[in-house]
Amino acid sequence: MARRLPKKDVVIIGLGWTGSLLAHELTDAGLEVVAIERGPWRDTSTDFSPTQDPDELRYGVRLDLFLRPAQETFTLRHNTGQNALPIRWPGAFIVGNGVGGAGVHWNGHTWRFLESDFVLKSHLSQRYGAGAMPEDMQVEDWGITYNDLEPYYDKFEYISGTSGRAGNIKGQLQPGGNPFEGPRSRGYPLPPLKDTAPTALFAKTANEMGYHAFPRPAGNASEAYVNPLGIAMGPCTYCGFCERFGCGNYSKASPQANVLPVLMRKSNFSVRTESEVLHINKDASGTRATGVTFVDTSGQEWEQPADIVLVCAYGLHNVRMMLLSGIGTPYDPKTGEGTVGRNYAYQSAGAAGLLFEGKRFNPFVGAGSLGQCIDDFNGDNFDHTGLGFFGGASITTSNYHGRPIASSANRAPGAPAWGSAWKKQVSSTYQNSSAVAGQGSVYSYRDKYLDLDPVYKDRYGRPLLRMTFDWHENEKKMTRFIAQKCAEIGKAMGAKHVTPRSIPDHFNVVPYQSTHNTGGAIMGSDPKRSAVNRYLQSWDVHNVFVVGASAFPQNAGYNPTGTVGALALMAADAIRNEYLKNPGPLVQA
Amino acid sequence: MAGLPNDPLISRRTLLASTAAAALVGATFGSARGVKARMLSGEVPWAPGMATPPEPLVPNGWLYFTPEESRAVEAIVERLIPGDDLGPSGKDAGCAVFIDRQMAGPYGGAERLYMRPPFVNNASPLFGPQSQLTPAQQYRVALKALDAYCKANHGGKGFANLPGEDRDKVLAAMEKGEPNFEGFGSRPFFNLVLQNTMEGFFADPIYGGNRDMAGWKLIGFPGARYDYRDFIDTVTEPYTLPPVSLMGRAGWTPGR
Repeated sequence: MARRLPKKDVVIIGLGWTGSLLAHELTDAGLEVVAIERGPWRDTSTDFSPTQDPDELRYGVRLDLFLRPAQETFTLRHNTGQNALPIRWPGAFIVGNGVGGAGVHWNGHTWRFLESDFVLKSHLSQRYGAGAMPEDMQVEDWGITYNDLEPYYDKFEYISGTSGRAGNIKGQLQPGGNPFEGPRSRGYPLPPLKDTAPTALFAKTANEMGYHAFPRPAGNASEAYVNPLGIAMGPCTYCGFCERFGCGNYSKASPQANVLPVLMRKSNFSVRTESEVLHINKDASGTRATGVTFVDTSGQEWEQPADIVLVCAYGLHNVRMMLLSGIGTPYDPKTGEGTVGRNYAYQSAGAAGLLFEGKRFNPFVGAGSLGQCIDDFNGDNFDHTGLGFFGGASITTSNYHGRPIASSANRAPGAPAWGSAWKKQVSSTYQNSSAVAGQGSVYSYRDKYLDLDPVYKDRYGRPLLRMTFDWHENEKKMTRFIAQKCAEIGKAMGAKHVTPRSIPDHFNVVPYQSTHNTGGAIMGSDPKRSAVNRYLQSWDVHNVFVVGASAFPQNAGYNPTGTVGALALMAADAIRNEYLKNPGPLVQA
Repeated sequence: MAGLPNDPLISRRTLLASTAAAALVGATFGSARGVKARMLSGEVPWAPGMATPPEPLVPNGWLYFTPEESRAVEAIVERLIPGDDLGPSGKDAGCAVFIDRQMAGPYGGAERLYMRPPFVNNASPLFGPQSQLTPAQQYRVALKALDAYCKANHGGKGFANLPGEDRDKVLAAMEKGEPNFEGFGSRPFFNLVLQNTMEGFFADPIYGGNRDMAGWKLIGFPGARYDYRDFIDTVTEPYTLPPVSLMGRAGWTPGR
């Protein structure tokens, strides 16, 4: 029997980037806020210290900071004709857990999506004709434009201390920046990170080929920085332990480094750790949430009443929480009706592995976001007429780690993976390996979606989230095109072995690919085709806001966090300035 | 018994006392290392010893493998990474001991994996491992099958008693999945033991492998240095400082 706790103004499910940003904004507005986080408390000084952090086995391989499948996993099938199977070992994607969420273990790539990404359906229809897209492609406009989101992108970059070089300030192109980006109101708060040998070589080569290289926008502080909350970041030391690791230098943007030192000291904020929300509760009308029910580590269930419920977990978990709680109507791929679970998408990689000869890259000198990019083949920055696909990728040579266990797999095509011959070449491949890699879009399709699994359950007996997903022809063609571009650049960089890689015939859950799962609770302007409105407010239950990459109608050729942070800040603004005055739907359906 | 206090402004001291009491209740739903649900407010919590340190190797014989199994694993890692003028073998670098400790711990016991039924046999490998065997059980079953395979095909000799070249032939066949292992496939087992051997050879020495940082010296990885600001402007020069482990270096800690 659940025991009832005193009511709060706001309850937040999950204390990662979105939860901590919203908690900061709403406590500033004077509200009583409690966050409920199923993972542990973690902080820089205690959990990520330089004497503990650079431990590849523990964090990089055994994934100590991540959600364990034993706690919750997903099931997967390629199409509705199959029985889904559980993802028993971590594989294609690895999901954050604990205070800070994915903001602890990310690399720090802090992108803005392209202007055309936000109006994708209308843009492609206008440029190529409404019939140009594959019949089952289900891309949508976001219900907002880039310009609507720009102030919040800016705010997130200044809170998180992004290092980069602007390409477009108020419509004026800036030398050395990304000429394809939407206009920004000002430059980045910090200058770009320094380059290493492979990233500098990529930039030089790409520019010589007529492309437009620019430093990747990095949530790794290139210099000491104090953010608008008054929290200080230390300069990045290029230690090479970002992705899958915490940061011991207060240099990588994270809730711990950029928000929590202020948030935790507020008397109107509290967080319950190691406490897992089971479901959101609704009143008898079904149109208003009354709070959440969670379970603690002793197995005791608690009811936390609240006026506003913010769903701020990992995107896939947001969708599952809605399905478990009966918020919105589940999507049915046969009829196309229902919205929760609709427009799931992922990220696609077209790339070229590079192996040089006679170099000394010293790859251990790196930073999570250290890289040089081109956007010439991203989104609709290039003419897709006659190509047979839509979408594209940001293309990057990065230098984010030289971790030895991971690097031991680097080798020339056909070279042995073990024995004397392997040993003779491993030191050379360690110093000579690099890549040109595309971070590619995945568009949404009628038959790719999320729902609850009918067979497999979690440790509390709740159904797992079932993913119905496989690669479509559009993305296969696109990644082959991108891999070819990557290979051309790699050859021009002088690599001896260039190995193009595109996505396979069928989605394989085993090798790590990307943790950028998107959609399932998408935003939009039509309640029949979106689960939340432009403020991430549920169309069906007005005091529930669902915040995260679950809101993306399809995925762009970038990492999601910059856009996720901006959406959270936009939702916070709407709650502070509109919803609190007059609680109810912010957009009339 | 309640796991959480009701008062949102309860002090941390009270909270710790109450969670300590809750810890006595017995079986819990907590995740790692017996951490308990708690409520934090009004401060950034910090207490000495709050961090969860790595769990270093305890030097005490074999913890998981039987004597026979340990000889077989040593014979495998010695061929996957042979000793030569470039440095010690996987065996001499401690890879077998490393694997033994991993099998005795949460990794070997599949504590973090999803192990709920139903288990589906013969699923497409695209959906990932579906075995109900833990990694430790996979070693047990596959090592037995390996021994039987070698005895049947190499004049009654187990894997550990084969000459090096014959062991290489068996391993190469396993890499292709040719031998039919009862209970757990030869190819997934080869992939598992190769992965675990590389982990042992290149992980921090704190876990029992990579003895004297031999793996790191082989490739030129400086270990837990954590600050290359002085070096980034000359990053293609040789990095001259020797590697350092989470435990420091032998020269810094006399008696080690």
